Amino acid sequence: MDEILLQFLNGLDKGGAYALIALGLTLIFGTLGVVNFAHGALFMLGAFCAVSFNLLLSLQKVTVDPTKTTAWGTPLEVRTPYVEAYLGDFGHWILNYSVPVSILLAIPVMLLIGFAMERGLIKHFYTRPHADQILVTFGLAIVLQEIVKSIYGANPIPQVAPDVVSGAADIGAMLGLGAGVIVYPWWRMVYLLFSLVVIAIVFAFLQFTTFGMVVRAGMADRETVGLLGINIERRFTIVFAIAAVVAGLAGVMYTPILPPDYHMGMDFLVLSFVVVVVGGMGSLTGAVSAGFLLGILQSFASMNEVKAIFPGIDQIIIYLVAVVILLVRPRGLMGRKGVMEN
Amino acid sequence: MTLIHKPLNRRSILKAGTAGGVALATPTIFTSSAWSAPYLNEPTGAEVTLGFNVPQTGAYADEGADELRAYQLAVKHLNGEGDGGMLNTFSSKALGGNGVNGKKVAFVTGDTQTKSDAARASAKRMIEKDGAIMITGGSSSGVAIAVQSLCQEAGVIFMAGLTHSNDTTGKDRRANGFRHFFNTEMTGAALAPVLKNAMGTDRKAYHLTADYTWGWSQEGSIKKYTEALGWDTVAAVRTPLGAGDFSQYLTPVLNSGADVLILNHYGKDMVNSLTQAVQFGLRDKMVNGKKFEIVVPLFSRLMAQGAGDAIKGIFGSTNWHWSLQDEGSKAFVKSFGQEYGFPPSQAAQTCYAQTILYADAAQRAGTFEPCAVAAALEGYDFDGLGNGPTHYRAADHQCFKDVLVVKGKENPSSQFDLLEVVEITPRAQVEYAPDMEDVKGDLGTCNNGA
Repeated sequence: MDEILLQFLNGLDKGGAYALIALGLTLIFGTLGVVNFAHGALFMLGAFCAVSFNLLLSLQKVTVDPTKTTAWGTPLEVRTPYVEAYLGDFGHWILNYSVPVSILLAIPVMLLIGFAMERGLIKHFYTRPHADQILVTFGLAIVLQEIVKSIYGANPIPQVAPDVVSGAADIGAMLGLGAGVIVYPWWRMVYLLFSLVVIAIVFAFLQFTTFGMVVRAGMADRETVGLLGINIERRFTIVFAIAAVVAGLAGVMYTPILPPDYHMGMDFLVLSFVVVVVGGMGSLTGAVSAGFLLGILQSFASMNEVKAIFPGIDQIIIYLVAVVILLVRPRGLMGRKGVMEN
Repeated sequence: MTLIHKPLNRRSILKAGTAGGVALATPTIFTSSAWSAPYLNEPTGAEVTLGFNVPQTGAYADEGADELRAYQLAVKHLNGEGDGGMLNTFSSKALGGNGVNGKKVAFVTGDTQTKSDAARASAKRMIEKDGAIMITGGSSSGVAIAVQSLCQEAGVIFMAGLTHSNDTTGKDRRANGFRHFFNTEMTGAALAPVLKNAMGTDRKAYHLTADYTWGWSQEGSIKKYTEALGWDTVAAVRTPLGAGDFSQYLTPVLNSGADVLILNHYGKDMVNSLTQAVQFGLRDKMVNGKKFEIVVPLFSRLMAQGAGDAIKGIFGSTNWHWSLQDEGSKAFVKSFGQEYGFPPSQAAQTCYAQTILYADAAQRAGTFEPCAVAAALEGYDFDGLGNGPTHYRAADHQCFKDVLVVKGKENPSSQFDLLEVVEITPRAQVEYAPDMEDVKGDLGTCNNGA
């Protein structure tokens, strides 16, 4: 029983990440009709916002200690971060909280990147076939990756979660199931909570604001909304920027779980497309539910009891589900009629 | 119109025949190989080219970058630049810092991307296009084995870099391939007694294993030696290489009844799985009345840096560590540190040693002919390259030397001082027969590509 609970929690946590990435992807597809293969790169750029912020904070003052020498005979260099040297305890605090604080940097940066990407490149591809869109966005993803690689190198750069949430929580004890039965890392729960909050904000924005209403109307019938005199293109540009922010924030918060490197976006891209296809192209609720569904299934498939019956199932489960869903419901779980069918 | 204006006679045929004969013989008359057996990529100019095939991108890029630094330093020392490094402490004095066999050492590099096909393509390019006489590099056993068999087919020597699977000099051993680095069998033999002292004989182990040749080999060796101690193996779970998030593999460990987690991972995988295992609170856990322990059989300082604090107190083994105080290690750390500003990794040390060993063998053989170089390396005994007295066994082309058992340091004094040497396991304790069940293979015959 505890194993099942634990695996369920792990599935929710994985699903949170999948849902967050797929949400932005399907938002872009649903509004702009563009298949964005650069979405993984946006996730990666978000993660590197956190890395840059941390590097900026960790700029070090180098002083030479002439009394000590290194094993190769040069004087020992003592390094103290400027932030700590000048700001004392507050500097130490901000270094410790650099990942969550870097969200403040990531939001404007990702908005800007999203805006520039849509205006500079993607808008020229609205009327082109999906194959062209895939090619151009995939090319863009490679270019962005190589830029990051040339600046930060090819190796992963570890980021730490704040001390308060760096350990593991004894959920079993909290629920009265006994100490040490269900233990789960704090930061992963923070991530799950964070993804739920972001998903809720995006849904609320689309559901309860006039802007959101126009966007939803545009998603249903772009032409009529345009005929009403509403500049739907400008709104869609903003939607693209919002999707970029969502992907970026997913990346920022993921850095303590997975030390980011230039390639991390590609690893998530394939997965998020499977999530979108299973959920139904263009359906926001579909993407979110498929994200959680696939996360949970992947987690359960990794249980040793399951693998004893189906060896290797943990590595193919997601694709197996995609095949079955596409056979049974070709439009995905919540796909709308007419999307990508003309 | 006819091409022959003069009528053919006996005299003109004789003249033409002599001229033709001289012309055909010219290229070989003036080259040294005219009188010896020719071989692939025989150096004819003033330089000899070595091919350094390392991962510059991908999961093992950190190691690859350090390997390349070591190769460049070795080339400098061979050509008489710098302070000479371990050439000064090496037991063989054949090399004089004036190149090898009178030729200046040059090199070309390739990116293996930690993928077998990319590694084979770059090795092939270096052999066919750049004329490399020897290929060296590694950082993944899958890659090393693939490149080793390519070198065997092509007819050049392969000096393996960081590759730790038994198979490299076990079932996939080749006559043209040589390995200085230790292997999983030696890790098991060295680590088991230390684990017994630190954790006792009544333990339940859970393995997470990278799903490729090195992972399987490592899992097999550790299982063999820990089960001999009396430990139980609860489960051995394979994880895909480069999985990133290992959480779904770590959650089943929590309530499995195991009290030791063995991470048969290396590079980025190990950084991720260890960091995440610590985040899951495994190190603070008590199971079966004992403190839960994590073991990382193959350690490196570069990985320790990526994993940060997670590494403290964790046992593993390593081929070499910069804090060693023998003359060879001290000389190497000094020249590497002065060149790059930080100490070398174990990958750097094995690659430096392999380059020096190849150059020395070629110098002693008096030729770069692969089979003559191989013969000079086979059964060779040497010292002064950082690992104490070492033997290059002829039967499988594997080096035998002391193995280091290390532990993540609790109170590091600098960003490089992350591992402490717990025990230096003597060579005799890690030696095994070349035809032992898990490691036997066929060396085949040497190929010089002629």
